[in-house]
Amino acid sequence: MATVKEFRNNIRPNWCPGCGDFAVQASIQRALGNLDLEPENVAIISGIGCSGRISGYVNAYGFHGVHGRSLPVAQGVKLANRNLTVLAAGGDGDGFGIGLGHFMHAARRNMDITYIVMDNSIYGLTKGQHSPTSAFGFKAKTTPAGNIENAISPLQIALAAGIGFLAQGFSHDVSQLTELIQAGIRHKGFSLINVFSPCVTYNKVNTYEWYKEHTISLEQFPDYDPTNRKMAMEKVADTDGLCTGLIFEDKNKQPFDSLVEGFKETPVVHQDIHIDRDFFEKTMEEFA
Amino acid sequence: MLQELSWKVGGQQGEGIDSTGKTFSTSLNRMGYYIYSYRHFSSRIKGGHTNDNVRVTTEPKSASADYLDILVAFDQETIDLNGGELRDGGIVIADAKFNPNLPDTLSSNVKLVVMPFTKIAEEHGAVIMKNMVALGATARLVGLEANFCASVLQSRFGRKSQKIVDQNLEAVKAGYDTMSNEQIDFSAFKLAPTTPDKHLFMIGNDAIGFGALAAGARVMPAYPITPASDVMEYLIKKLPKVGGVVVQTEDEIAALNMTIGASYAGARALTATSGPGLALMMEALGLAGMTETPVVIIDTQRGGPSTGLPTKHEQSDMYAVLFGNHGEIGKIVLTPSTPEESFYATVDAFNYAEKYQCPVIIMTDLALSLASQSVRPFNYDAVTIDRGRLATQEQLDQVPTGQMFKRYERTEDGISPRVFPGQRGGLHHVTGVEHSEIGRPDEGKKNHVLMMNKRLNKFNGTELPNSVSYTGDKNPDILLIGVGSSIGAIDEGTERLRKQGLKVGHVQIKVLSPFPINTLTSYVNSAKQTMVIESNGTGQLFHLIQFFGLTHPEMKSYLKYDGTPFLPKEIEAHVKGSMIAWQR
Ligand SMILES: Cc1ncc(C[n+]2csc(CCOP(=O)(O)OP(=O)(O)O)c2C)c(N)n1
Ligand code: SF4
Ligand SMILES: [Mg+2]
Repeated sequence: MATVKEFRNNIRPNWCPGCGDFAVQASIQRALGNLDLEPENVAIISGIGCSGRISGYVNAYGFHGVHGRSLPVAQGVKLANRNLTVLAAGGDGDGFGIGLGHFMHAARRNMDITYIVMDNSIYGLTKGQHSPTSAFGFKAKTTPAGNIENAISPLQIALAAGIGFLAQGFSHDVSQLTELIQAGIRHKGFSLINVFSPCVTYNKVNTYEWYKEHTISLEQFPDYDPTNRKMAMEKVADTDGLCTGLIFEDKNKQPFDSLVEGFKETPVVHQDIHIDRDFFEKTMEEFA
Repeated sequence: MLQELSWKVGGQQGEGIDSTGKTFSTSLNRMGYYIYSYRHFSSRIKGGHTNDNVRVTTEPKSASADYLDILVAFDQETIDLNGGELRDGGIVIADAKFNPNLPDTLSSNVKLVVMPFTKIAEEHGAVIMKNMVALGATARLVGLEANFCASVLQSRFGRKSQKIVDQNLEAVKAGYDTMSNEQIDFSAFKLAPTTPDKHLFMIGNDAIGFGALAAGARVMPAYPITPASDVMEYLIKKLPKVGGVVVQTEDEIAALNMTIGASYAGARALTATSGPGLALMMEALGLAGMTETPVVIIDTQRGGPSTGLPTKHEQSDMYAVLFGNHGEIGKIVLTPSTPEESFYATVDAFNYAEKYQCPVIIMTDLALSLASQSVRPFNYDAVTIDRGRLATQEQLDQVPTGQMFKRYERTEDGISPRVFPGQRGGLHHVTGVEHSEIGRPDEGKKNHVLMMNKRLNKFNGTELPNSVSYTGDKNPDILLIGVGSSIGAIDEGTERLRKQGLKVGHVQIKVLSPFPINTLTSYVNSAKQTMVIESNGTGQLFHLIQFFGLTHPEMKSYLKYDGTPFLPKEIEAHVKGSMIAWQR
């Protein structure tokens, strides 16, 4: 029986005190504990950024790759061992800037991976440049006169890419976030949990207070039906992307690994990779 | 009598030129002849000139012939573009449909035979069979049986319908009979008989794909690019049979990162690309080096820079492969010369990658990747799988509770035990940041130096087996040095020069990293002069050899970068010219 304790390690994160990422770390640990997973059966793949360090802060197999590429690595891991619970994690720059292409394709490809983005609308690690989710007019080191580019909507992009599970959380609400992560892991297919995770050092606009004031929980809408794609699209547009909770889930969508021709229940890593003489000779004969 | 035959068929892309060439070459290969077949094509699907040059010999050759004996033309452009390659006494067989003529520039001794390919095909049921008519005409001319291609047509169309097979064979026979009526000295074109002998017929990319399958590769993420795509197209047919998977990724960045992820999680994984894709993989290549993750990357070189000559031959990625990544990593770079070597190099690549825990790059060039050649059958017993140093469960059980597994333990040989996610007791961290033995970020001075040494010194003093091959004279007057697919042309050039009384040696480099400096030094020192022969514009191999510490007072560079591979006669003429100049 694993509990949240098994997913804690003795490493002290190098995040600034008050950084939203602490809550994401805690939520991941709780979700994994609640799901009764064993640390050795979990792989967390992260990108580069303050947030990218998270793979080292959860007691599981962790892989900290290069900037923007956590999803390709995570998908590779899943291909080799479909029994693992695979999480990918990183920042808004990592996932929606340099890594945006991978994100859309991962959503479309639909491998059973849970992707957690710590969205602070800033580049934290490189000390305060604007990000793809920074609002129009936002001032940062690289937008001294205010951002003249528009923010993208990760949620709309996710829906447009055909994602099967979409949720949004907020670092202030660890219990909601824990539940969303759990649901994302349970979902058979690709899931995104976008998390408003304030950067207390470089983003003085999108603070905890600001998010509290501007976000609305989907629980406020009793008629909201997260299995309804059209409703999800509308709600994201209506709330300008500032809603939290489960936005969309399609439980019927089949994950990639269940559709691959000839893919076996036994993960690739546990199969005997030798081919027998007969198969070798027959295959070679095709070249004669 | 022809001791060997050089035959070319040409027309517009999309007209079935490829399959005509393939039917001809596969049939002759089955009869025991040796084939080297090189296709000319461009980056469009319909339209544009294409041709297939098939060389038929009674002993193995790995280069195109110097001249053409027979040119089969389906349009005037084929004659205009290729007629100049015909030897004295050569023949053009052309479709009457386009009123063919021979340009004045052709040797006066070239004969034009006009035959109503299209009309005959129509009479036999379908215009597309004009190719079969041409094959029949060829068969008659070179003294083959009219049904020489029956078995190949049977395997190609037999499953569809016997009627199609029979129709095609009748078209072949009609072409055969029509040729019989021509006034030609058939005895001059009769192809010498060969001893029936079984060989395979494939392109280098097939050999790599099959090698990967045999070596236990089960995951291949890749992005399509000429001339690499055949590797993934081969494996997408085969991997599902063994529980593996090919994923067409969104780009090459994803392809290599996914390969890394799969390997980290315990699969044997590979990706394949060409120059532009290789450029996109450089950051991930550094990650594989830094995290000591075994990956196999196939780089099928084509004409660069940029989109360059995407369907043409070049060997210009050597610097990129060796030095293209940022920072410093150890890697292995294999450069096989033939499909047979490519098969075994691929098997080796997976073993090296896991033994040394590093990226292994197999570099081919377009001619090796795409030329179809006769190949000796591969030996099942020569395929071994060595997963390298893996931690046992007993070792993992000894990791004290609360501590992490030392994935990057500093050992004498620099190689640490691996575990795969999912294994109990093996928890550790992997990061592209400089790290400690358990994979925690550690940017300390002392740690960085120790870890750099660990990663870089794995190959110290290592020379991999079969890093070079040698043919020709010992202590030669001139030593020819080549890499990749040029082996056949250089060998033939060498043999011809030796017959003319020159002392010539030929060394072909099969491994660029770790560079086989010791073996090469002894060969180079034994020669009076040396010439490095390669398909690029700056002499990359010429400079690399010196970069790795080899010197010779008489080291010359022979470059070709017009998009076509070396021909034996070019090697012969160039070397001879250089020897004469040198002796003066
Ligand atoms: C290829 C590449 N380009 C640039 C960088 C520099 N870099 C590191 S993190 C980062 C952005 C981090 O922002 P984000 O992903 O939002 O993460 P955060 O620090 O905000 O958590 C950048 C640009 C890099 N590491 N690699
Ligand atoms: S800089 Fe911002 S994102 Fe980075 S650790 Fe500090 S608060 Fe968190
Ligand atoms: Mg950020």
